[in-house]
Amino acid sequence: MAKNVITDEVIEYVGILAKLELSDEEKERAKADMAGMLDYIDMLGELDTSQVEPMSHVFPVSNVFREDVVENGDNREAMLANAPEREEGCYKVPRTFE
Amino acid sequence: MESLMSLTATELGKRIQAGEVSVREAAEASLAAIEAREPKVHSFVTAADRETVLKRADQVQRQIREGSLKSPLAGVPVAIKDNMCTEGMRTTCSSRILENFIPPYTAQAVVNLEQAGAVIVGKANMDEFAMGSTTETSYFGVTRNPWNPEHVPGGSSGGSCAAVAAEECSYALGSDTGGSIRQPSSFCGVTGIKPTYGTVSRYGLIAYGSSLDQIGPIAKDVTDCAVILEAIASHDKKDSTSIAREDYRFTEGLVDDVKGMRIGIPRDYFGEGLDPEVKASVLAAAKVLEEKGACLEEFDLSLVEYAIPAYYVIASAEASSNLARFDGVKYGYRAEDAGGLHQMYKKTRSEGFGAEVKRRIMLGSFVLSSGYYDAYYLKALRTKALIKQAFDRAFEKYDLILGPAAPTTAPRLGESLGDPIKMYLGDIYTISVNLAGLPGISVPCGLDGKGLPIGMQLIGDCFQEKKLIRAAYAYQQTRSYERCASLKKGAFGNE
Repeated sequence: MAKNVITDEVIEYVGILAKLELSDEEKERAKADMAGMLDYIDMLGELDTSQVEPMSHVFPVSNVFREDVVENGDNREAMLANAPEREEGCYKVPRTFE
Repeated sequence: MESLMSLTATELGKRIQAGEVSVREAAEASLAAIEAREPKVHSFVTAADRETVLKRADQVQRQIREGSLKSPLAGVPVAIKDNMCTEGMRTTCSSRILENFIPPYTAQAVVNLEQAGAVIVGKANMDEFAMGSTTETSYFGVTRNPWNPEHVPGGSSGGSCAAVAAEECSYALGSDTGGSIRQPSSFCGVTGIKPTYGTVSRYGLIAYGSSLDQIGPIAKDVTDCAVILEAIASHDKKDSTSIAREDYRFTEGLVDDVKGMRIGIPRDYFGEGLDPEVKASVLAAAKVLEEKGACLEEFDLSLVEYAIPAYYVIASAEASSNLARFDGVKYGYRAEDAGGLHQMYKKTRSEGFGAEVKRRIMLGSFVLSSGYYDAYYLKALRTKALIKQAFDRAFEKYDLILGPAAPTTAPRLGESLGDPIKMYLGDIYTISVNLAGLPGISVPCGLDGKGLPIGMQLIGDCFQEKKLIRAAYAYQQTRSYERCASLKKGAFGNE
């Protein structure tokens, strides 16, 4: 089984995709953890799947459509009550550009 | 007087319908048990406040008296795993990132239960975002196994199972993505069903691995589980993967007859890594079914060891996408003084998620990233197809598959998290069932030398819950429910 090595660049890239900011210590741990998991996952390479279609869903379901009509009531206040910050009925976020 | 919480849910429900017990008395019994036992067990993240519970109890009592509520679950106290939204009641997923989240709506499965007259007494502890097998990854602290407080209750529905075993409530709802109902049920000596994918609506269930997640019942016996499943299952337009089943009458499976039932015993479930005491106990349970007329046969299921790596790729990939919504904007935790928007996202998520959740989000982001998608994600989906085919072949020959729910009994606290892959291996008998969308049940079948419960797992083909229920029911007719040792010894004290 080939040993996976996760480089600093890869863990940096994964951090960007996952929107996570890791401390140096966490990064080292993550590199080791991910390499270990990938070594384990590489076991799947033993299986010949060349004739098998990927199965995302166990039942043959297709997209489910419905009419685009509002059915729920006005939950505005209950929704906004969970906001970390709000202003004038909107979600407030930090400055997005200077 | 013995506590009302030592009755099964349906026994208590019958007494309530007969007017022998009031809904308020049932609620008071649950509240008292929670107050007395929580310091030792910690099954709950949030216990519902007394006033709310009693008000609800009185409302249900009125409906029963008026004759508009005849469900066998009316007035019976229930715990809900804390990943199901409950309007007005804090729902945390055992994560810091949802520490203060008050859902503005209720999960469909819980709505269905409420329509049957359920009285919710609290939100049960779990592994953070259901990622774990021990309930030790909860931000709110560990739950202890009521059978032995030095051991874990299993996970991720550890709080739900512990609450039932410790008789803090009559039954509970859990969710199962890779074994999260069946494994803790096994560890806590209770019965739990993971239904066929799509049977119970996932609307309002905070998603982990959407193609694998299913809500199911946890209770003292199969009768309760069948009744609860009948109450929560429904076709729901709000969940696009919900299935309109032809038959929801699961209680019709409560028949003490397994004559001629063909049960396959996969050799691959009884090999290396299985604790000898668990093996002996599960095979003894199989023997009981054989003596009652079932036809047992050993066979090779194949591919069992590939289910775990396939699962971790698929579940982590889905988790990385599902958990993208936690960004500190609309609800939940937000990091302070984070600077600009992107810094705020990153800092919020880094502080809000625990180590195991971050590990899986990163793995998921990686296997979905350009350059690795085919090699990991699609490979796992192809493996899933092979696993499903292996089960299809087995169900051409057998009505059910029988094996252990877990390779061991409950490990000691603190022994599992250090080596993730070893912990993941504990899910080896349950995980493939989720990949194939099948129903499974865990039924208590004995104790090991340390006095910890062992669970037998039965697996059915899609939509064959009735067969599962029938075999499990027939088995349970041969043995009485074993109350957890701490309750028998009065080890919870203060009562």
